[in-house]
This record gives sequence, structure tokens and C-alpha cells, in this order.
Amino acid sequence: MPEALPEKLKWQFLETMLLIRRFEEAVVKLASGGHFRGHYHLYIGQEGTGVPAIAALGPRDHLATTHRNHGHVLARGADPGKGLAEILGRATGLNGGRGGTIHLCEPELGFLSTSGVVGGCISLAVGGGYACRQRQDRSVTMALFGDGALEEGVSFEALNIAALWRLPVVFLCENNSAGAMGVAKGGYPTLVHAASDLRLIPKSVGITTVRVDGFDAATVHKVVTKAVSRCRSGKGPVFIEAMTPRWAGSNPLWPELATGITELRMATGEAGTDGLHKDWYEHYDPVLRLARELAAGGAESVRRIHALDEATGKLIADAVEFALQSPLPRPETALEHVFVQEGAA
Amino acid sequence: MMTATKQSYAAAFVDALHDGLRSDPTVSIIGGYVLGLGPQRTLTDRLKQDFPDRVFDPPTAEAGLAAVGAGAAMAGMRPFVDLGTASFSFLAWSQITNEAAVAHYMSCGHLRAPVTYHMLHGVRGGGAAQHSQSPQAMLWNAPGLEIVAPSCAADVYGLVRTALASPNPTVMVSHAKLLGVESDVPQQRAPIPFGKADIKRRGRDVTVVANSLMAHYSLIAAEALAKEGIEVEVVDPRTLVPLDEKTILDSVARTGRLVVVDECPLRGGIASEIAATVAERGFRALKAPIARVARADVPVPYSLPLEEFVTPDPGKIATAVRRVLAY
Repeated sequence: MPEALPEKLKWQFLETMLLIRRFEEAVVKLASGGHFRGHYHLYIGQEGTGVPAIAALGPRDHLATTHRNHGHVLARGADPGKGLAEILGRATGLNGGRGGTIHLCEPELGFLSTSGVVGGCISLAVGGGYACRQRQDRSVTMALFGDGALEEGVSFEALNIAALWRLPVVFLCENNSAGAMGVAKGGYPTLVHAASDLRLIPKSVGITTVRVDGFDAATVHKVVTKAVSRCRSGKGPVFIEAMTPRWAGSNPLWPELATGITELRMATGEAGTDGLHKDWYEHYDPVLRLARELAAGGAESVRRIHALDEATGKLIADAVEFALQSPLPRPETALEHVFVQEGAA
Repeated sequence: MMTATKQSYAAAFVDALHDGLRSDPTVSIIGGYVLGLGPQRTLTDRLKQDFPDRVFDPPTAEAGLAAVGAGAAMAGMRPFVDLGTASFSFLAWSQITNEAAVAHYMSCGHLRAPVTYHMLHGVRGGGAAQHSQSPQAMLWNAPGLEIVAPSCAADVYGLVRTALASPNPTVMVSHAKLLGVESDVPQQRAPIPFGKADIKRRGRDVTVVANSLMAHYSLIAAEALAKEGIEVEVVDPRTLVPLDEKTILDSVARTGRLVVVDECPLRGGIASEIAATVAERGFRALKAPIARVARADVPVPYSLPLEEFVTPDPGKIATAVRRVLAY
């Protein structure tokens, strides 16, 4: 059963989800324009998980995330201009151009290192949970990771430690392997696991598990809120498996806008959804799904959706402009920040 | 079988794996993307087609895979284990350096672990700190491992064949930027013995020792320097363990000058070890201090100007050559 959300929260979620969507669409355009190098991973199709999940956290809580981090960092409130500047390797980027797309990170917002090592963030998050408990301030740490992370041995070790010490960690697995074509068909690697149900892994060490439809923002928010509250009260970690069907654009090795630039008129009934991606538009695209729900409120809601889209478009256009106009770092600064400079702010 | 005279590193690599699988039934391949996820990845398709029971697509589990490789080797097989991006081999450090590497010695020679580990190393371009590592210098500090770092199609063929037949654990690193580079291959191909350096270019003025992509870059630098009348001798050790010290020392005895190039960080690195060896054993031949060209001692940054600043390239190699000549 989908959960009802307060109207205000729904609009807030739509705003952030749309911001992420437009950000990612801009990333693809910048990549195809040759504005940055290297492999990259998009959050399109998973906004319905990250946004309501991260909204369940408080200001003192920590997060640890992965190579697919753009959505997480934006959901927590990072500046989109600085995010894009980082992806373009600019001096004004979130990490001064040192990290790039795979390592967007904003420690001031509670992010621990954004790890590109598969399984890396699960284990770092357990360290975050350890710190939360030592501080005794009822804070928690959330790990956001993909299903592939559970193929790594360190993930099991980390789950065991979290369970043994009842650490306040929310393990949020965004399982995006459903519908993935995999390497054999020329796509990106997908889950290779003998466990038919990933929840069995945390269950084996006694961790409470929940599974949720990752495109259903309302239910995700409710489930994560409950998990966070359980962690805060010292009852130990919770493992949530959010099923987020693979977006067609993340199937190939290099992301592409397979479903086109997101058209919110599909949610308001002003545009059709026919074609190859009909199922996506009508059921699994979390942005369209939430917008459709809100559009049912009538003409005023539809107007508000379009206004929001326009404002978001402007915000992202400004962010792109900021990133493109930003200077590259001076080469010799590559030697800075290997160690903490005493006295530095 | 060979008709072409030029071949890419990747294509020669796959030929060697194919011939290795064909000639020894104990050889198998654990790793779905031996050539990474780049445009060369489909070259390995014929391995799966021709040897469907001996090529395995594993989970992302470096520690487990490295251990499976070591254990299977101890039990009489010759697995070739691909660990993907070398940066992730750190997850398998214990299995490589503290299991496979020590098994023979610890058993007083009774046990063998003839496993081959392969990984894609190096600054690939925009990989940032966590996808750009070159762990071979660290592995060099783990006695018991043979270490192979080919620089061209002909060498990767011969060295893979030798690795698959070697009775010892072998780590082979391929630079991600070398996979698509084409170079001459001989009509008749055969295993290349470990510990035999190759002089890639003859020259009277300066010896440049370099392996993997840096050997390729050194040849580019040498071409440019030749136009200035500077003749560089490029020596590619090809294997770091065993190291062909004699060929390096003989070359330095002829030129009197040495530049060592490597992509591992400078401190405690490959360039440092080779420089120390020549300083110790070839001091009297030296007419100038040895120069080392290596990666700066910082994690690899993402942004292009930062990445270029910390990474050796033909221009930096040429500058070092001119410097030792001007001494």
C-alpha cells in the first residue's frame, strides 16, 4: 500500500527530485559535449529513494555514498553549481576538482568520504555509526550503496560489526539491477550474487531488514523515518532494500538519455507516453510518478508543477553557466592537501 | 598463424591467453573484463566462446577471487585471476602478498602457488585517486612475487605465456592507456623469459630505464630528443622481479648517464629502487647524478591540469634527459 504523505512534503520532494533529474540531464549533455573526462554514473530513476530517505535525516547525521552520488549530495542540499563544477574538474567545484564525478563530497553536510571502491561506503558508514554512538547525541549514519556492494567481503564484515555493537546505521541498498542488461549484452556490470534475496545477508547476522519499492517516494520516506528512529533509540542497525528498476539510460557502458529529456507534461496528461518506454513513463519514473500524483490535485497543481519545472530549469542553467565559466585549478596546486596544514581553517 | 605485423596490446594479450588455454588444460581465467570496460573488451569474447568451461565471470570480490586463485594454484591448477582496476587489488592484498607470495617459502619449497594475477594500472585520465593507482612498487616490497609490466604487443604476448607457465605466483600489470596502442609483433611468437630486459632503442648519450606505459613514453621522448642530436638508449626491464640488472648496468656503463622513469609515486618507488641499484653497483660509470621521473607523492587528482602536473609524460622525461646531459 502506498503511503500518504503531507502535501507540503510531496512538493518538497518533487522539487528536489526534479532538481536532481535536471542536473543529471545536464551532466549527460556536458559529457557528450566533451566537457569532462572519465566514466560517470547517473542517479536518474533513483530520485524516489534518495530524496525521501535523506529527508528523514537530521542535521547532525552522517552519510556515506558511492560512485553514484550526484543525487545524494544534491538531496542533502549541496550547491548544484559547485557540483557541476566538480564534475568539470574546476577550481570552484565541491572538492576543488580533485574528486570529480565519482567523489562529489560535502563534509559540511555530513558526508563521509564518497568512495568509488565497491563496498567501501558500507564499511565507512559503520565507522560513522561508531562515532555517532561514541558522541551519544542520538545521531545516525546512513550508507547509500548499490546491490553490487554486497558482493564484497568487507560488506559482510561491516554488517557483522554493526550488528554486534548495535551501531546506529541505516544501510540503504538501492538495488538497481532489476532490468539491467549486464556485460554479456554490452552493458554495465550487474549483480552477480548467489543469494536470491539480498536481505538474507544482513538477516544472517540478525539485522532487521525491510524491502520497499524505490520509486515510491512516500513509502520510502515512511520506512526510512522508522528505521532512523529505531537507530536513534539504540536498537541497532536497519537494512533497507529499495528496489529501483534500472533506468534504460544507465544500461549501456556510457550513460545516455534513453528516455529523452524528462517531459513533465506526461505527468499532467498534456503529453502521451506511448512508445518503447511507456512502462517507465507510467510506472517507474519516480519524478513523473510523484508529479502525476500531485497533478491530480487539479489545474492549480498543474500550473504549480510547470512553474517548478521552469524555476528548476533556470537554476540548472545557471549552475551549468557557473561551472563552465569557472577556472580550472592551477596545476601546481596539485601538491596541496596531501596532509592537514596546521593552522588552516 | 600471424599475418599482421602490427597488433594492439589488447589483441596480443588475448592471443596469449587463448594460446595458454589451448596448450595447458590446467589454465583457466577468472575475470569477466580482463581488458577493462573500454572498447577492447569484446576481444575477450572468443576466449569465452572457445573455452566456455574455463572462463568465469566472477562477482566483485577481489579478496575472494585472489584467494580462490592462490588456493587453486596450491591444489595444482594455473588460474589467471583478473582483479580489474589495479586500485582495487588493495582489497586482495592479504591474499596476494601474505598467502600466494609466501606459500612456497613457508613450506620450505614443498608448496607451489602458480597463480597469475592481472590488473589494469595507472593514471587512466579522469580516474581520480581511487581508479588511478599503480601498486607494483608496493608489491615489489613483498618477496615471493614475480612482477611483470609489459609495454608493447610483442612483450605482453611472450610474458603472459611465461606467466601462465611459471611455477611461481606472478602479478602482471597492464597500463590502461596501453591497451589500444599498436606495435610491431614478430612472425613467430614465443614465451619471453622473465628477467630479460629489452633495449627498445639504442643510443650513446643517456640510458633511460622505463617499463609499461613509461617505456612507450620514453620512446616518444627519445624521438624528440634525437632531433636535438641527443641519442637516448631506452631499456625496458619488462619484469621487475626478476630484474635484469646486468642489461641496465651494461647500458649505463656505455652511456654514463641514467634517467629512471616510472609512474608509481617517487618515494620508495620503482625508479628509486633501480636508481639505488645503479648507484650501488655502477657508480664508477656515472658521469652525472641519476635522475628519477616519477609520479608526485600525492593521490592522483581528477582535474586535467592537476593530473598532468603529477604524472610523468614525454616532456618531463625529455627535460630530465637534458638535465643529466647538462650536468
